[in-house]
This record gives sequence, C-alpha cells and structure tokens, in this order.
Amino acid sequence: MNDKKIKVGLFVTCLVDIFRPSVGFAAVKLLEEAGCVVEVPDMQTCCGQPAYNSGDRKTSKEIAERTIRTFEPYEYVVAPSGSCAGMLKKHYPKLFGEGTGVQSRAIALADKTYELVSFLTDVLQVKGVDAQFGRCVTYHDSCSGLRELKVHKQPRQLLSSVAGLELREMSDANVCCGFGGTFCVKYPDISNDMLTKKMSNIEASGADVLLAGDLGCLMNMAGKLKRSGSKIEVRHVAEVLAGETLLPPIGEGES
Amino acid sequence: MEPTSKNFKSNAAGALTDAQLQRALSNVPRGFVKKRADAAAALPEFEQLRDQGREIKNHTLEHLDLYLEAFEEKVVEAGGYVHWATTAQEACDLVVRLCLDREAQTVTKGKSMISEEIGLNAGLEKMNIEPVETDLGEYIIQLRGETPSHLIAPAVHLTKEQIEADFRRTHTELPEERNLDEPASLVYEARQILRQKYIDADVGITGANFLIAETGTSVIVTNEGNGDLTQTLPKTHIVLASIEKVVPTLEDASTLVRLLARSATGQDISNYTTFSTGPRRRGDPDGPQEYHVVLLDNGRSSMLGTEFQEMLRCIRCGACLNHCPVYQAVGGHAYGWVYSGPMGSVLTPNLIGVNEAGHLPNASTFCGRCEEVCPMRIPLPKMMRHWREREFEKHLTPFAARRGLGVWAWFAMRPKFYQRVTRWAARILKWRAGRSGRLANVPLAGGWVKYRDLPAPQGKTFQQMWKERDNV
Repeated sequence: MNDKKIKVGLFVTCLVDIFRPSVGFAAVKLLEEAGCVVEVPDMQTCCGQPAYNSGDRKTSKEIAERTIRTFEPYEYVVAPSGSCAGMLKKHYPKLFGEGTGVQSRAIALADKTYELVSFLTDVLQVKGVDAQFGRCVTYHDSCSGLRELKVHKQPRQLLSSVAGLELREMSDANVCCGFGGTFCVKYPDISNDMLTKKMSNIEASGADVLLAGDLGCLMNMAGKLKRSGSKIEVRHVAEVLAGETLLPPIGEGES
Repeated sequence: MEPTSKNFKSNAAGALTDAQLQRALSNVPRGFVKKRADAAAALPEFEQLRDQGREIKNHTLEHLDLYLEAFEEKVVEAGGYVHWATTAQEACDLVVRLCLDREAQTVTKGKSMISEEIGLNAGLEKMNIEPVETDLGEYIIQLRGETPSHLIAPAVHLTKEQIEADFRRTHTELPEERNLDEPASLVYEARQILRQKYIDADVGITGANFLIAETGTSVIVTNEGNGDLTQTLPKTHIVLASIEKVVPTLEDASTLVRLLARSATGQDISNYTTFSTGPRRRGDPDGPQEYHVVLLDNGRSSMLGTEFQEMLRCIRCGACLNHCPVYQAVGGHAYGWVYSGPMGSVLTPNLIGVNEAGHLPNASTFCGRCEEVCPMRIPLPKMMRHWREREFEKHLTPFAARRGLGVWAWFAMRPKFYQRVTRWAARILKWRAGRSGRLANVPLAGGWVKYRDLPAPQGKTFQQMWKERDNV
C-alpha cells in the first residue's frame, strides 16, 4: 500500500448513532490508526433493513438509492456492523432491475463496502492492535456478519492481539441470539426463548465480558443479561480493539 | 388437515410453556446438528455434491413436463399405472377409490408427507378402511391421533415416557410387566404388532423420495425397513408423490441420495434405499401384483416460473428444521399445517395461501442457518422475504407495523429531520434511564421490554458528537 491515505466513508449505522456513539469513535480510531482518512457523510440515516425485512420494497429502494448517492465519493465504505454492511453489500444490488444504471451503482457500492473488523484484517492487512484489556471475554457471531460476510476468524484474530485478553468460546456462538430486527418485538416469546438459550451459553463460557460486532444483537443480549441481574459486561468488539473501554458497558450506568 | 397457521403466535406461546414438549425439543439440536456437520466434513466433495444436486433439480424443473411424461411412459412400460391429481382432494379420492376397488380392509403405510397433505388416513377411515402407519414415529403419532411434527422424525415432539404411556394404553393385549424403558424395547413392541399388519394388508402405500424418469422407478429411503415390507407384501403398492420428486436419471437419484441422509441424520446412507420399478415380474420371488403411482400437483405447478420455483428443489431432509432456532423453540405443530420450519414457512403459503399462512415467513430472524445447511442450496430467507413483500403489497401486514414503518421511513428519507428526532430521542431516553443505564419500560416497545431492558443511549448522537469534534 502506498503512502496515499485511504479515504473511508463511515456508515455509522442508526443504532450506533443513537445508542452508542462510542462504537463509532472506536471504529474511527481503528481506521485512522490503520492509515485511513475517515469521513462521516452527514446525509446518512439507516440502511433500510426495517423496511426491507418487512416487505416494503419501495421504501427500501428509496433509502438504498439515497445511501448509494451519499457514499459514492468514497474509496471504501465501512460499517461497525455485519448486518448493515451485509445489507449494502449483499442486498442493495438485488433491489434494482438487472442491468439498470442504479443497479450498477449499487454493485459499485457493494464492492467497496465492508464490515469494520474484516475490513481491517482482510483489506488493510492489520495483524494486531495496540490495546490492552485484562479480561476474560466470549464472542458471539452475529448472523449476517457470519453467514453473509464470512466474518468469523477476523475478530478472533485481532482479539488475540489484545494484551491481557483471554477468549473463551461459548457453545453455539454461531446460533442467533433472537434479535432479528423487528422479529424480537413481533414475536417476543420466541425471541425470548432464543435469547434465554444464548444467555445460558454465555454464562456457561465462564467469561465476564460478552463481545460481538453488531449493536442490535448486543443490545438484545445486554438487555436480557441486565434484566436478570447478570454481572457479565457487554461491549462492541470495536471498543475493545480500540482500547476504548472507559465508558460504561452496554446497558450499564455510571456507578 | 385443517390449518391453524393463522394462530401461529398462540400456537407458539403454548409450545413454549409446554414443559414436556420443550424437553423433547431439546433433542433436536443435540441429535441432528453435530451429526450433519460431521457427515458433511467427512465427505470431501460434499459442497460440490450440493452444487450438483442444485443443478440436477434446476434442470428438471425447467423441463418438468417432459420428465413427468417420460416417467409415466416408463412406469406403464413396466406394467404399472400413473394417476394424475391436481388437488389434494382429488388425490385422496383417487387412493381411496383404488383401495375400495380392491376391497381393501387394511392398508399399511410407509412414511409419506403427501399422505398428510391430502388427509389420506381420514379419507380411508371414512370408508372403513384401516390405515396402519408402519414407520415407528408415524405409528406412535397415529396412536395419539396426532400429525407429524417433523419431516423425518414425526414424533420428535414426544418424550420416551410419553411414548411408553401410549404403548401401555393401546397395546392392552400385552402383559403389563414388560419393560418399555428403552427405545429398543419400544421398537420391538411396535414390531410385534406391525408384523401381522404387514401380512394382513391388502394395499401398501408409500411415499417416494425420488421418481426416476429414465427407468420409471420410485425410490424410498428408510431406516427401519418398514417401507420395504409395506410395498412388497400386499398385492397392491400405491406410491404417493408430488410432481417435483422426479429426476431424470438413476445417476441423478444417486447423487441426491448421497446428500439426503447426510443432511438429514448424518448417516452416509440410510439403512434401506429401495428402488421399485413396476409390479412383480415373471420369476420375481416377491413384490406386488399391481403398482400405481399417484402424482400430486396441489399448487406446485403454479410455483414454476415464480420467485418460489427454487423451493421445488427441496428433498425433505429436514436439515433446515433441525438448524432453525425458531423450530427448535416451538416445534413443528406450532406452524399449524403439514410442513414446518423454514421449508414450511416458504412452502405452506404456496400451498394453502398466504392469507392463511402469513405468519410463517415472518417468524424468522433471517439468521440464515437454514440456507447454510440446505443440501439443495435453497435461498430460504430470500423466499420468506418474497412472501413478506407480497403480504405488504396485499396490505396483509398489520396496520400498526405499517404505520410505524411509514413514520420511520419518512424520517429516514429526510436526514435533517432524522438527526433532530434522533438527538431528541437519545437525550430523552438517556434522561429517563438516569444513572441506571437502562430502561425497564419504554412506550411503544412493549415487545422489547417484556423480557429485557432497553440499554440507554449514551446521550448525544454520533452525528452530533462528530460535528462537535469537527468544530473543535
């Protein structure tokens, strides 16, 4: 890679924007440390999954077109979420007619869009991070990142470079936590069953910190862990990789 | 069978609080998932086989009429008969008529989902013909008056203790002190009852895992050998199959057989794989005198050429059920009709209508595990989304959800307003949460807070803070 800095457009994702800006800043820090110039286009909102997964194709297309336009000037588009990156990368191109101009623009966006951690390892060839976290963590593989974008080894590789960190795998780390976007409010009873199983796997791992790469899943799991009084802390993997772990974990206050 | 798919939510709620069912369902991930993974890992060409399987089925579906006619021709050549049924009722009537014409009193049956789809047992019983299920799982649920809850493990919703109780209740002619503690003793006991039924039966009915156009052959795979006794001992063998079961050649069927058991139970091959071509020929030591195939359409041909065509590749292995966290949570009966799990969520609305089965394609997190393990690489989540799109177009999506989505979309399309409202929401939620960092009650988020707290926002939005950073 030459000295010219890589220009990355950060797709913050709506959940990080509203609930946990620190994840966005952790992402910026990681990208900047890896030699990127990060910009955050002001016109971004949400990737459109709520509409897309509810069958509202018209709205999905409108939002997709807006996102495509917004991120056209960037060399790469990076999101601290496998689910939102997956939406841009795997689903936007399918929203538009074969061979249309807008489809080719959607494909161009798809080709340059990455989930944060896999962008660091697979594109920027980052081998390790300069961070310290003397805790025992377990990692949940969020579904879209894992199955649509094949994010599995990458976070584990970078976590293994964090000083003091011990990774303890939970059973069924690759099984859905029950979030599923609107699923968790449309079918709360089923979602809760899935979440309860996930929680026992997290607890059985013996780890005291739960990490994942998607804030939706993290809020779901943190919400349940905290409701049940668990002491397990929940954080986005980017926070740990960036060494930004001073703010309270997800769902916890300043005590 | 009268569908209850409309009541999916209450069916599911009932299933989740049924302790016995939950105990039985805990065997699903334990019993199937690792076995399938091991079987797939042990065969270096497994992924290639999946590609081949997909291509075989895609090719067949493109020329389905041709292969079905070729199949019929070969069956007739071998001395058998083919009957075409457009609807479930037609198929049921046809089979009942075949049995009545042969003055059948007892009919043995191998496992067949088509039999469930056409409500055959009820049809036979109405005419005083006794249907006897010979697959152990099917036999158990027949004793209980239930329907199968899984494609290949019809009684997977039951515990061993429940089955023991059913056997003691129904097998009243057997001594009470016998031991029924072990699965093997249950199998032994069912076998004692079934042996005589095989001999008594006038007609044997089986399903078909594949139909082979090249040879006019029907193929069944079983682990108990019950299918073989069902189809060879009675004078008449009737095969029930839906039209998408046909494949061009024997070689193609072999490719799919290699995928089927590995995906289903993790076996390299099932204990019995039986090929039947026509009735008994001169010099054959056994076999039926008559061989009939009933080919059912029941809405499948109208899936051809639509976004649901790929669903017709399904070989009913059950891998998508086994790996589905929703299926694992609620079991098969909650889906309210014959087919359950991800494949049912796509197929059922095609067969009984999306008005009836609209819940099913919605009850998925799109976790994608089904597609990941489907031997035929059917894009199940994509097709569930197609159903959601049709529901949205037909205004079947609940009003509150539509309106919520409309409001959200309005803001999502207007970044300036969006940023204002998100700033406001982040601040209010943070303020309401106070120092706790989470909320136990949030208006309009009843589904969320029923079981979990809502982690509170950090206070400012990222966009807001980013601008502040820029202005420093």
